Amino acid sequence: MANVVKLKKGLDINLKGRPVNVVEEAAVSEYFAIIPDDFHGVVPKVVVKPGEHVDAGAPLMYDKNRPEVQFVSPVSGEVVAINRGERRKVLDITVKADTEQTYVEFGKKNVDDLTGEQIKDLLLQSGIFPFIKQRPYDVIANPEVNPRDIFVTAWDTAPLAPDFNFVLKGDEINFQTGLDALRKLTSGKVYVGMSVSNPISVSNVESVLFEGPHPAGNVGVQIQHIAPINKGDVVWTMSAFDVLFIGRLLNNGIVDFSRIVAVTGSEIKKPLYVRTRLGARIDSILSERVKKTNYHQRYISGNVLTGTKVSENDYLRAPHSQITVIPEGDDCHELLGWATPGLRKYSVSHAYFTWLLGKKKEYVLDARLNGGERAIIMSGEYDRVFPMNILPEFLIKATIAFDVEKMENLGIYEVAPEDFALCEFVDTSKLEIQKIIRNGLDELMKEMN
Amino acid sequence: MKALRNYIDKIKPNFEPGGKFEKFQSVFEGFETFLFVPATTSKSGVHIHDSIDAKRTMSVVILALIPALLVGMYNVGYQHYLAIGESDNTGFWTTFLFGFLAVLPKIIVSYVVGLGIEFTAAQIRGHEIQEGFLVSGILIPMIVPVDTPLWMIAVATAFAVIFAKEVFGGTGMNVFNVALVTRAFLFFAYPSKMSGDAVFVRTSDTFGLGAGTIVDNFSGATPLGQVATTTGGQVHLTNILGEPISLWDSFVGLIPGSIGETSTLAILIGAAILLFTRIASWRIMLSVFVGGLFMGYIANLFASSTYPGSMLSPLDQVCLGGFAFAAVFMATDPVTGARTTLGKYIYGFMIGVIAILIRVYNTGYPEGAMLAVLLMNVFAPLIDYFVVESNVKKRLKRANTNA
Repeated sequence: MANVVKLKKGLDINLKGRPVNVVEEAAVSEYFAIIPDDFHGVVPKVVVKPGEHVDAGAPLMYDKNRPEVQFVSPVSGEVVAINRGERRKVLDITVKADTEQTYVEFGKKNVDDLTGEQIKDLLLQSGIFPFIKQRPYDVIANPEVNPRDIFVTAWDTAPLAPDFNFVLKGDEINFQTGLDALRKLTSGKVYVGMSVSNPISVSNVESVLFEGPHPAGNVGVQIQHIAPINKGDVVWTMSAFDVLFIGRLLNNGIVDFSRIVAVTGSEIKKPLYVRTRLGARIDSILSERVKKTNYHQRYISGNVLTGTKVSENDYLRAPHSQITVIPEGDDCHELLGWATPGLRKYSVSHAYFTWLLGKKKEYVLDARLNGGERAIIMSGEYDRVFPMNILPEFLIKATIAFDVEKMENLGIYEVAPEDFALCEFVDTSKLEIQKIIRNGLDELMKEMN
Repeated sequence: MKALRNYIDKIKPNFEPGGKFEKFQSVFEGFETFLFVPATTSKSGVHIHDSIDAKRTMSVVILALIPALLVGMYNVGYQHYLAIGESDNTGFWTTFLFGFLAVLPKIIVSYVVGLGIEFTAAQIRGHEIQEGFLVSGILIPMIVPVDTPLWMIAVATAFAVIFAKEVFGGTGMNVFNVALVTRAFLFFAYPSKMSGDAVFVRTSDTFGLGAGTIVDNFSGATPLGQVATTTGGQVHLTNILGEPISLWDSFVGLIPGSIGETSTLAILIGAAILLFTRIASWRIMLSVFVGGLFMGYIANLFASSTYPGSMLSPLDQVCLGGFAFAAVFMATDPVTGARTTLGKYIYGFMIGVIAILIRVYNTGYPEGAMLAVLLMNVFAPLIDYFVVESNVKKRLKRANTNA
């Protein structure tokens, strides 16, 4: 049943710092945090007070618009702070972990005995539901909707991304249980997108094999090639890394947010995998793994394209199974950089001669924009890295102008900001395309609902 | 380098708002980013960026223009010494120097006027200085005859930069190719200095260099000028001394014509650079040539003495005049051209067809490449519109069949 989808467009940025297949235990993190911003579209209502004790799996907050959507503590411990920013916006809820973990007991369940509604309620109570996203709008799923289909991507193609096949080792049963549970949440199908060179054996769901460069592993791209979203359709998406949480909940009866995180990037001494837990502090994961340098470094929770900039004292963000550290680059001033032959400058355009060095070479890229923001000048740039039947430039322009009819016509419902990450990377004009799309989707959602 | 950086950091506060020279902030920033890659790092979205930027893009285009410019300079000298009967006695470097001196003031005038307006506009809008004019500024002197007066170039450049570019919002927003608007302005405002027999070959001296009297059998008509005035059955193309010229001569470019346009060979070197670096669209470039050859072939098929241009072979058509230059450097301007993949083929092909169409069937205009590109600039958004609509229709159809 496995059909192969071959994609030509896209780009694998060959960065230095690919993780080797070794898992080490992370140092114990004293503090953990849940960050509402990680769950786009949520208006948080905090239900705990500083000083209160919570078990792992006990609710910390819920979504004001949909009180049934709960967010739970990844560890047992004492709530130490609810940090707020401007206009009392909740930035994070910090929990100081106990040395002995206690868990909220949800009870082991057999998927076959449960109805879709029961599974949904269980996921809502246990705080795992918010890991399901929906398209259109790329926000957390609305539990009241019966999705047309559910799409799971088990192939992360982003630069230096963790290999799901490796992370999966030992968790295979939980993955299958998770997929079985998802199958009950839709009247349609559950599709699992995976790499043709490294397929995962799963049953009861539709596996679809993909071949090609990044963003072949993006769920949005996979949806387009499996069963595209039309106006009015709602589909749910989930990362395979998060499907494991569902499996562990059903098989073990507790919320187990442990993650195997890839520690990657050119600034890491020995890139590898680290076993930790969602919401752990970055310094506990990185500890002594980062190179000591006399220049600035940038810590990223997630990958270099879609990740979030963090500091050592921040936390591993909820959606991520990867930490990347690259040079910041704000302290280097390069004389006449635009005029050099640029053998060390990475560029997809052949205007620098790096491409002559072959595809095997690994590059160290820093966080500089490498230019100033301009109007969109070059054409066809985005198309080369956008393997969807959508005209990215025209969709971006329509989104900037917020012309709703045009956005709809050009396929805004099918995309998420992450699908435009490569467009943003290759852009000569240095536009913040992901931000443009994110804001466009948010505005559109307000307009439509 | 460190000292320079320190110096810039030291004087920088003067140019920031509230500083002594805040009126020159854009200019200062322009020079600073010219000297040093800006160390700004990403705040949202992707954490890494491709090394390509507008500066690099524009400098590659300028690099691609250099061969045509150098051959053009040499040709200016060569035509001059041919006209005064001294070509055999004049060395390569003297010939080149003559052309260099003749062309340099045009480049300076075009840059000073154009960049002056750009800097002012950037400052008024509070923008960074945009690089677009760096290319237009070198294109302009390359597409005018050598004897176009400098003040005309200045007026035309000012007109084009203000009315074809800045009023639309600056680099990336213009509808028409700025360099071609300059040329069109000159062509319609001062036709006597843009066409005819007297402007394409410099017969007087340049800064005292190369003085001499012109030979008796001199005629300064360009090959296309000769074609347009041909009567009778046969077209005989001659150089300025009345000797016949071959396809090879027009390919190499030692014929009278606008400064940078004559040498198809040098233009093709530029084309190779643009395609190799993927700065220009091969789709547009290829389809302009295909369109030109196609229309040239059709015209030649129905050759008639009423339209002497139709008697040229298709290959002659693309080697003569500004056709190759327009195909490589003008049609491929991404801002004013079609932006969709299919649109690029249509856009390019139509430029090729229309250029030859005007050239052959409108005897009032010996050359049609400029008008063809400008005309298609107008139609590019329309072409894109239909391509985009077809994408939209596909999506709607998909929605309807599923529902």
